[in-house]
Amino acid sequence: MAYLDHAATTPMLDEALEAYVATAREVGNASSLHAAGRRARRRVEESRERVAAALGARPSEVVFTGGGTESDNLAVKGVFWARRGVVPARARVVSSAVEHHAVLDAVDWLAAHEGAEVGWLPVDAAGRLDPERLRAELAAHADRVALVTAMWANNEVGTVQPVAELAAVAAGHGVPFHTDAIQAVGQVPVDFAASGVSALTVTGHKLGGPAGVGALLLARDVAATPLLHGGGQERDVRSGTLDTAGVVAFAVAVEAAVKGQQEYAARVSALRDDLVRRVREAVPEVIFNGDPTDRLPGNAHFSFPGCEGDALLLLLDAQGIACSTGSACSAGVAQPSHVLLAMGADHDRARSSLRFTLGHTSTPADVDALIAALPAAVERARRAASLRSPR
Amino acid sequence: MSGGVDSAVAAARAVAAGHDVTGVHLALARNPQTYRTGARGCCTLEDSRDARRAADVIGIPFYVWDMAERFHSDVVDDFVAEYAAGRTPNPCLRCNEKIKFAAVLDRAVALGFDAVVTGHHARLGPDGLLRRSVDHAKDQSYVLAVLTRAQLDRSIFPLGDATKAEVREEAARRGLAVADKPDSHDICFIADGDTRGFLAGRLGEAPGDVVDASTGAVVGSHTGAYQYTVGQRRGLHLDRPAPDGRPRYVLSITPRTNTVTVGPAEALEVSQVRAARPVWTGGERPTAPIECEVQLRAHGDVVPATVTLDGDTLHAELRRPVRGVAAGQAIVAYRSDPAGDVVLGSATITG
Ligand SMILES: Cc1ncc(COP(=O)(O)O)c(C=O)c1O
Repeated sequence: MAYLDHAATTPMLDEALEAYVATAREVGNASSLHAAGRRARRRVEESRERVAAALGARPSEVVFTGGGTESDNLAVKGVFWARRGVVPARARVVSSAVEHHAVLDAVDWLAAHEGAEVGWLPVDAAGRLDPERLRAELAAHADRVALVTAMWANNEVGTVQPVAELAAVAAGHGVPFHTDAIQAVGQVPVDFAASGVSALTVTGHKLGGPAGVGALLLARDVAATPLLHGGGQERDVRSGTLDTAGVVAFAVAVEAAVKGQQEYAARVSALRDDLVRRVREAVPEVIFNGDPTDRLPGNAHFSFPGCEGDALLLLLDAQGIACSTGSACSAGVAQPSHVLLAMGADHDRARSSLRFTLGHTSTPADVDALIAALPAAVERARRAASLRSPR
Repeated sequence: MSGGVDSAVAAARAVAAGHDVTGVHLALARNPQTYRTGARGCCTLEDSRDARRAADVIGIPFYVWDMAERFHSDVVDDFVAEYAAGRTPNPCLRCNEKIKFAAVLDRAVALGFDAVVTGHHARLGPDGLLRRSVDHAKDQSYVLAVLTRAQLDRSIFPLGDATKAEVREEAARRGLAVADKPDSHDICFIADGDTRGFLAGRLGEAPGDVVDASTGAVVGSHTGAYQYTVGQRRGLHLDRPAPDGRPRYVLSITPRTNTVTVGPAEALEVSQVRAARPVWTGGERPTAPIECEVQLRAHGDVVPATVTLDGDTLHAELRRPVRGVAAGQAIVAYRSDPAGDVVLGSATITG
């Protein structure tokens, strides 16, 4: 099998898996007062320190969560509620048109149920945000803005955003800035303090850790109203008994991914460049999507004119090649990607897209397998798509 | 794979027969909302999950294909238009003709598949003849009889030699959770089962007269002729009883004058049936009249008849009269056979 879907999830690193299993054998609730509890707490706090050190944050800024979706929801809704709670007029959320659904749908929910007003920041044809647009948005509305949220790197087309610049614009207006850095950590350099953001989402299963564990890095001076009420385990912002083994494995993975980032990026981007070159050779009409340079090292995203991404995916899957259309499903039916549409693609181009993402276990053989299977798949997918016009 | 027991077992049997099988669930509702709320019918979100789970248990890939646009234009719009024209359509038959063994089959073939496998209860053996299922109560050869030779040649019906009870047992044996899922009977795109309400919503109210066939007198009124089907007795709400005091039935619908004509049961009896667009798959297309059996609606009686094909029309002379023959339904000709009655051909009843 050629696994070319590391952006969906990537295999756990051996050291993370070993740390997980070793910890999972131990009993102990990190909130308990006895020895077993203290041992669990030590593991959690050491993990917190590791994550903080790896990502340029203070340990007290690390809030462990049940993964990326929860962190995004906590940042968006929690900061919105907290800020609007202080000043009721602050009911505007500024977000980008290319966010992951974990942010997008949280923002839409605030608009639908909490009377939030939304300022959507557009992207250019490469999927890039323009700090000038944020500057204009905040010049017009800063006193009404609860928060700005814009991802560090896009999960579909791989475009890396000018996050530090955007964060500086928000900071200039005293508005908290959240970034979903799930696809960025371990792929490009990420430093919480240096970036100037107020909140940052990271999740385990995209960087060699377990799924269902992540963190929100939340600056000390940024308040967030909890989504989950209970024991208040995490800074009173997040309740729920911590998954000690998960947290430990997550921290091991974050540390390893950050430490190995440069070497990883060099190796994987070379493999990716080779993939892109050979896909273009095999299918000359393909359109390469996303920013050609400011881009995640493992991401290659194409539109295949005259094909449906769905059909290509099915055909490649049958040849043992795992990739993704990158778009969300509604009732199991693929919708044209909001990211591609925001980049100015029409529906046909959006539907013809396919994402190949490489990761730490990728080899040249994976690329070879793709290139071997692709031309026949494209030909068949074209035949199938030509039937779509009603008879 | 609809999410029901039949298609799940059909898929499992196709795998067991050595085929390289991919599961496909058809998304047929244009508005995903109707998926969520439609508790009945065959295209709810839950059905799609059931289908996916079955595919996982069988160990085959599974995809949802969006056929909503095609389904809407070829089946739903057609259904409404047929009623508006005073005919009684069979949407399952239409779906087989236009979606499952056309749009889906064509796409599948383009993608490199050889055939479409479904959980229909009918037999299709190496002789290429379509036959009734061994389970006569569940037989679906009637709604498959519209398929052409080319369509049948790319179809596989693995369940024809099993009764429904056997299919359920087999599903349980194979660990398929849908083993005891109830059958769906309703028209899948009318989630609440209210066909009249559905049609009224699309066609609006169109009040008109209910007329007695023998006297020509207006005996009642209706709010839309499309709400009636030939042979119908209930729901007529006649103002005046018939002179003979016997129940009256819908004899015909005349869209041009928006009239529903009623009369006694005997007047429903038909001995001659004309039908259009014949399809003949049970051997050579006959050039002379043939003796066979015909069925005039799903699960309807079977009567001996002489059938003649003449260009684009089929003519049937029934040996005994039949009640409630509705335009828009299919007439299917069968040849009785100890190995399972064979579908000879079919056509759409015009009168
Ligand atoms: C950019 C981005 N945000 C959020 C998520 C959701 O994270 P999780 O799967 O940990 O809930 C993902 C991945 O699925 C992602 O790629």
